[in-house]
Amino acid sequence: MKRWNNYLWIFSLTYLLLGFVNILFAWLGLICFITPLLISVFGGGKAYCNNYCGRGQLFQLLGKKLRLSRNRDIPNFLRTKWFRYGFLTFFMIMFMNMLFATYLVFEGTNGLQEVITLLWTFKVPWQWANSTTISPWITQFAFGFYSVMLTSTILGIITMVLFKPRSWCIYCPMGTMTQGICKLKEIRKDESDGRESKTSS
Amino acid sequence: MKNIKKAVISNQCVACGTCVSICPFNAINIFKGIRAVVDVELCVGCGKCKSACPGSIIEIQEMEESQ
Ligand code: SF4
Ligand code: SF4
Ligand code: SF4
Repeated sequence: MKRWNNYLWIFSLTYLLLGFVNILFAWLGLICFITPLLISVFGGGKAYCNNYCGRGQLFQLLGKKLRLSRNRDIPNFLRTKWFRYGFLTFFMIMFMNMLFATYLVFEGTNGLQEVITLLWTFKVPWQWANSTTISPWITQFAFGFYSVMLTSTILGIITMVLFKPRSWCIYCPMGTMTQGICKLKEIRKDESDGRESKTSS
Repeated sequence: MKNIKKAVISNQCVACGTCVSICPFNAINIFKGIRAVVDVELCVGCGKCKSACPGSIIEIQEMEESQ
């Protein structure tokens, strides 16, 4: 039976479209960044990936229902820990870089850059989506954050077409991070259980 | 003793949950956000999870039913 959370792909799709209308909507994407982390930190495991990720649903829909996926096995290297955690590290460095660019605009060192950077390389002019007169750093963050979201969507779509509908989930930084948090929590729990059993014996 | 088929999940699982939502018999759970685990009592070895798993890390293995 379909529940409300089966339709979260509509949210993801709308989010991507809104970025073409007004870049400030990009801030809404923080929900998809903070919610999964909070859920895993507070003991909800990977409930976000499992039940509430609109992006995962969107890929499933495009790949399976619309048959856009070749449905091939993903290459082995993409599922290794090295690649997954390496990609997460790279992703986080680029994210920090984006935050630093926002800081430079906040501080006044740099002017606002009305571009979307795709795949961390290609700069696409995007000034038509900015009609605001608020503090430039707020807009700069929106451009930067939307670049991250659009880049990961493009990578996800390429992976969906080449391999299986949700193959992006194998190396999605959000998924790797939340699984990593769950593993760390389990290790810490095991250690404290171990200490408790030692002291009680 | 007869042979039965069951899904077996490798430890490369990323706990994405695709297999959980696809399994018609609710035979898979995500264990503490770490990995998927199969309930061998419920699994019938239909292979739906194997074809849906984005990492192709599920195998359908034949086992001997122990009774
Ligand atoms: S791995 Fe990423 S894309 Fe896949 S369900 Fe989790 S957060 Fe969504
Ligand atoms: S679909 Fe594959 S990777 Fe995802 S939880 Fe199931 S076994 Fe793990
Ligand atoms: S083989 Fe079929 S019954 Fe067994 S876990 Fe996979 S989908 Fe479920």
